[in-house]
Amino acid sequence: MDMVTAVTSMGRSGLSDWLMQRVTAVILVAYFAFIGFVLVGGIDYASWKGLFSQTWMRIFSLMALLSLGVHAWIGLWVVFTDYLTERLMGPTGNVLRFLAQVVCAIIVFSYVVWGIQILWGY
Amino acid sequence: MRLPITAWASITHRASGVFLFAGMAVLIWALDASLRSPESFASLQETLATPVAKLIIWAVLAGLIYHSLAGIKHLIADFGIGETMEGGVLGARIVIALSVIFIALAGVWIW
Repeated sequence: MDMVTAVTSMGRSGLSDWLMQRVTAVILVAYFAFIGFVLVGGIDYASWKGLFSQTWMRIFSLMALLSLGVHAWIGLWVVFTDYLTERLMGPTGNVLRFLAQVVCAIIVFSYVVWGIQILWGY
Repeated sequence: MRLPITAWASITHRASGVFLFAGMAVLIWALDASLRSPESFASLQETLATPVAKLIIWAVLAGLIYHSLAGIKHLIADFGIGETMEGGVLGARIVIALSVIFIALAGVWIW
């Protein structure tokens, strides 16, 4: 295994990432399908707010939010380690990939904290 | 570039994923505004009624629809269905056809 790329993968193992990418994908599809189903029917503030004050909905939403973070990290790791590489770009590739992953980590972390604030803050 | 449809399917699955990572900021922002207060819910409704907002939401939904369908195709392939070259081509065609239908329906819903 390539040490340089494995050190920033999600589960430090290709098989673990492969499985996590699929489990998180199923959770995300289920969540977005549910939200889409709720919205297509049309909803007012009171029922929307009521839905998100239910414990099960907060659990489902936090699960989707964490899945989003993991799914995006693994997916972008695949993209970055395919295109931002030493082979394609020379030594700059390693620097760019590192920077891209730092930015990605900051955004993922921000999304998760922002989401928790929305779910429990209002 | 002349690439087989399966290569396009793979590239667009990746590109839509990168796009959605940014698009999630829009959706989380909308969720924030929708739950913050009755006033912000109402002003979100007004914002989402503008043509620019509708286009942005449609673009994010289109990315979400395509990325989800391409992902479901992947899951089906993981179960050993359609793993041949012909299966890959047929799968990519089905994903594109279903995406067009669902993206059109999303557009009808938004407008």
